[in-house]
Amino acid sequence: MNIVVLGATSGIAQAIATKLAQEGHHLILAGRRMDELESMSSDLRIRNQVEVYPAHFDALAMDTHEAFVSSCLERFPTLDGVVLTYGYMGDQKESETDMDIVKRTIDTNYTSCVSILHRFATYFEQQKGGFICALSSVAGDRGRQSNYTYGSSKGALSLYLQGLRNRLSSAGVTVLTVKPGFVDTKMTYGQEGMFLVAKPEKVANDIYKAIRSRKSVLYTPFFWRWIMLIIRLIPESIFKKMKL
Amino acid sequence: MIKPVKTKLAGWGNYPVEEGFLFRPDNGRDVLEILQSGLQNNYIAFGMGRSYGDTPLNKQGGVLLTTQLNRILSFDETTGVLECEAGVTFEDIINVFLPRGYFLPVTPGTKYVTLGGAIANDVHGKNHHLDGCVSSFILDFKLMLASGEIIDCSREHNVDIFWATIGGIGLTGIILSARIQLEKVESAYYDVLYEKAPNIERALELFAESDDKYKFSVAWIDCLARGSSLGKSVLMRGNYAPAASLRSGIEPLKLKNGPKLAIPFDFPSFALNNLSIKSFNTLYYGVNKNVRKTVYFDSFFYPLDSIYKWNRMYGKKGFVQYQAVFPPEGKEGLIQMLERLSSSNRSSFLAVLKTSGEQNPGLLSFPKKGYTLALDIPIKDESLFTFLHELDELVIRYGGRVYLAKDSELLPEHFAEMYPRLKEFRAIKDRIDPNHIFSSSMARRLGIVEE
Repeated sequence: MNIVVLGATSGIAQAIATKLAQEGHHLILAGRRMDELESMSSDLRIRNQVEVYPAHFDALAMDTHEAFVSSCLERFPTLDGVVLTYGYMGDQKESETDMDIVKRTIDTNYTSCVSILHRFATYFEQQKGGFICALSSVAGDRGRQSNYTYGSSKGALSLYLQGLRNRLSSAGVTVLTVKPGFVDTKMTYGQEGMFLVAKPEKVANDIYKAIRSRKSVLYTPFFWRWIMLIIRLIPESIFKKMKL
Repeated sequence: MIKPVKTKLAGWGNYPVEEGFLFRPDNGRDVLEILQSGLQNNYIAFGMGRSYGDTPLNKQGGVLLTTQLNRILSFDETTGVLECEAGVTFEDIINVFLPRGYFLPVTPGTKYVTLGGAIANDVHGKNHHLDGCVSSFILDFKLMLASGEIIDCSREHNVDIFWATIGGIGLTGIILSARIQLEKVESAYYDVLYEKAPNIERALELFAESDDKYKFSVAWIDCLARGSSLGKSVLMRGNYAPAASLRSGIEPLKLKNGPKLAIPFDFPSFALNNLSIKSFNTLYYGVNKNVRKTVYFDSFFYPLDSIYKWNRMYGKKGFVQYQAVFPPEGKEGLIQMLERLSSSNRSSFLAVLKTSGEQNPGLLSFPKKGYTLALDIPIKDESLFTFLHELDELVIRYGGRVYLAKDSELLPEHFAEMYPRLKEFRAIKDRIDPNHIFSSSMARRLGIVEE
């Protein structure tokens, strides 16, 4: 398959790209740091003897998205999937007084995703096949005071993906919403309050399996489904008084 | 903002164990951010943790884990020149390139080392007598200095820094990437001749007579043998097996993925001894006369790698590995060292002996022409260190030196005598790192960097 990875330099994205290359798929690794993308591409190409190309992609420069999708189609004659992995998490407290952080969070985690994914969606719909996989978050399952700016943007993304899945299902296009828990990457390393931290390789394996089995929603590791179920089941009258 | 994790760290010998602040950079940009963060006073790189003592430790200081800097950057199929980031391991290189007909030009007794660590310790292997250290095959590398500047070091550019970094135990900067010349091979197998020597004299004679005929050469010594049997040993010497010489049915370059046995907890220390007695005796008594075998690279180069955490077999207190090199005229020193070890009942059962070739220009590089002897010594109590300091004096008396990659006990005055080019090293270090941003527990213990 020919697959585009958006936001390819993050820890989880690198693990996903590695898994995809090991399975023999050809990749376009897209992001802003071209030097990083170039060394990643060389690495995956040499190790796995597949085609891997770096490409510049800026999520917030939404007027460039159309051209980006066209450039991917110049690189590969057909595309089989897109994996969207980027996101932005600012400080919750700061976001309560600084609208710039709120705007950046919503634009990165929601608006830009809609902008790029609807273009891929149209392509896959016409092609009558392909997959869209996007990383949302367990934080989008319920608003909590410690993280609701980020959480609400991811919640909106999850709803968008749900609608997209509904629309594309008849065209045979699958849409996978991934909700990872804590993953051992730069974002979590050395941070306090981390628990049940999963290895990125494990998360990447789960995601690959879910893509292959055309799953709709993936919690990874699996136990987050049950943790979030319990959190969602708490009545709002009690939940609003809790410190979460 | 990059944060560290405060954690206890140790080398492969599990001694000493020290607390440091472990950073985990993903790329060169992160390394720069850490060095300029001011979070710690100084830093040292830590790769796979296979040096035995305090080489990569930095008590209450910054430690940079390099294993995520692990990208392969380029490979030329026709010349065999490989460029990769410093955290790429020898295991990675074998897995990716052996099936394509290329192998490491030099390897130590474990493949779980990073390329950066191999350069910083200027590792050697069974072919040192002919090919020298790994540095013989390092074309160049990129080094991040204390200032954050990235410089290219080779035999043409920044030559003095190149030779200070080769064997320089991480004190000149952070190696970001390097180019290494891989060796073209036809197969993953070796033709090995096993020969018995009843004592050390005979073993050394055999080495002297015919080592030039074998690209790879090493001997296992039974440390319990005394008197006229002192140095009773099995020599294992061989060459690459050409593809045409292999039994039909063997695919010459195919990797075998054997099961890996792991040691899940600290063993009582007699366990490893019994194991090594068994393997030595199998070799020594299992064959009546000299025998030739075709051996897969993994069991030839890395017999202990198949037992994943074999260091835990020495128990909680850990162990030191003592490795010394003696010049040819210091042979008597080698024999005295063996005598002291076998009569003290301190050492493990097995020792490894090999001939070493010419010294290279690496200022702190270990090997020089002569013989090198290595063995494990479990730590039972503090008296061991007095014993080792006496051994160090013996080594100095016969013109030898000990290997920093294995060391955790050397005194600064002994170190200075063993490594006469220390002054030159210090001068370069002071020039490129005047504030000693790069420091380690070993560097302070040996007086390379002041406390």
